[in-house]
Amino acid sequence: MKYSYYPGCSLKGQGRAYEESLLPVMRHLGIELEELPDWNCCGATAYMAVDEGKACVAASRNLAIAEKAGLQQVLAPCSACYLVLNKTQHLIHDYPQIKSAVDRAMTSVNLKYSTDIPVRHPLDVLISDVGVDAIKQKVTHPLKGLKVAPYYGCQIVRPYATFDDQFNPTSMDRILEALGATMVQFPLKTKCCGGSLTGTLPEAGLRLSYIILKEAIKRGADVIATVCPLCLFNLDSFHGKIAAKWESARIPTVYFTQLMGLAFGMTAKQMGLQRGLVPMKPLASAPACCAARTAAAAT
Amino acid sequence: MEMTRTIKYEADRVKGFGEEVMSVPGCEKLKDCIQCGTCSGVCPLSIYMDFTPRQVIEMTRFDFKNEVLGSKTIWLCASCYACSVECPQQIGITDIMYELKQRAIKEKVYPRGLPTPVLAQEFTKMVHDYGRVNEILLATKMYMKTNPLAAMGMSTLGLGMIKTGRFSMIQEKIQGRADLARMLETVDEGK
Ligand code: SF4
Ligand code: SF4
Repeated sequence: MKYSYYPGCSLKGQGRAYEESLLPVMRHLGIELEELPDWNCCGATAYMAVDEGKACVAASRNLAIAEKAGLQQVLAPCSACYLVLNKTQHLIHDYPQIKSAVDRAMTSVNLKYSTDIPVRHPLDVLISDVGVDAIKQKVTHPLKGLKVAPYYGCQIVRPYATFDDQFNPTSMDRILEALGATMVQFPLKTKCCGGSLTGTLPEAGLRLSYIILKEAIKRGADVIATVCPLCLFNLDSFHGKIAAKWESARIPTVYFTQLMGLAFGMTAKQMGLQRGLVPMKPLASAPACCAARTAAAAT
Repeated sequence: MEMTRTIKYEADRVKGFGEEVMSVPGCEKLKDCIQCGTCSGVCPLSIYMDFTPRQVIEMTRFDFKNEVLGSKTIWLCASCYACSVECPQQIGITDIMYELKQRAIKEKVYPRGLPTPVLAQEFTKMVHDYGRVNEILLATKMYMKTNPLAAMGMSTLGLGMIKTGRFSMIQEKIQGRADLARMLETVDEGK
């Protein structure tokens, strides 16, 4: 199956380590990804706060391009993109006034929106299409002894729980366990990281990140695994401010795809691990060259 | 000393406001609220809000337009959807917050000095003009407009971004930006 890859702005910007790890990992598992031609920003949470009609139009242009290219499925790794594209489809589907606004916009540039192309998250594709067993078979460097706090963030299972449970998602747990890692009990799995409030209203936003970091440390995790570029940014970027305001809560945060790559024998550098501000400790199971590189990345 | 009345009177209501909000996609169930307070309890930001989500729902439903549109609450909502999935009446509280944000921007009544509505508007401009968003340029614009001093406080983070190769000041542009702009304009024309 070929998927249309919708990277979104973050994976080409500050979240590029997500793309750097996702693409080789998917290729390694035999999943073909083709980047959606001339895609535009999904609008994230910001556009919906200014004009919902326009937000739907901007998001639906991407879906129409995928449709025109004859692609059957869209893969959206960023939680905000995933939610916005799905929400747009729901709104077009349920509300004739939104459907007609989108149709009018499409007609003005000779595009067409006629089907609801499934928009899926990598976790969904990995769990449902690839399967845990196939992932397990590819593991050459098991993540033995690595204790992970699996952090899903908010917008991946809320409000549309399609592939996982809304209150206690487990898809990432199962994938990381297949790699040999151990999950710590992490009740804050789907708690909000603060989103863009860490930048706009840091007094409120940073506290939410701090709570997640602190809980992960308390639960004995070595590392937090995330599925979203904004979650990673928030959990990784403000350690100085958090220490100054509350206490130090330093723990590395990585994309779950980076851990997958390591378990498949790819190097820390290949997985973009040097892009984190709080470096992850080299793994005992890593190939010699890889351990050296992780150590180098950590300095 | 200046005294202000803290209890709202019937006369403060803007009749029809609640009905109007209820007519918007996703906000229909506003009328079903039983004031249980679950939304306020699960909301991770309610401790910073001037009105809790439960209060915002009640005030919206009963036409206290000026109070909700001028509140800080709606700009503290991070759209995490925790309230929406926990509400026993399946009320789309997050979508109602979005609707209130849109109205506050349209009527320019959001509290001054709050960076969130400024960020949202700069974001949409960037999408309209280029089709893509550069997070670093966006953050810079927001700080310059709201709190240039705070931008200085972010310099350590900026250096970190440079060191980890995640910093770029280049504005990506899509080929079809004239098309996208045209599409967005049809929405205004249809209003
Ligand atoms: S959870 Fe739902 S029913 Fe309860 S107060 Fe909030 S909006 Fe009303
Ligand atoms: S969506 Fe907004 S109001 Fe609802 S729980 Fe999250 S932050 Fe609070």
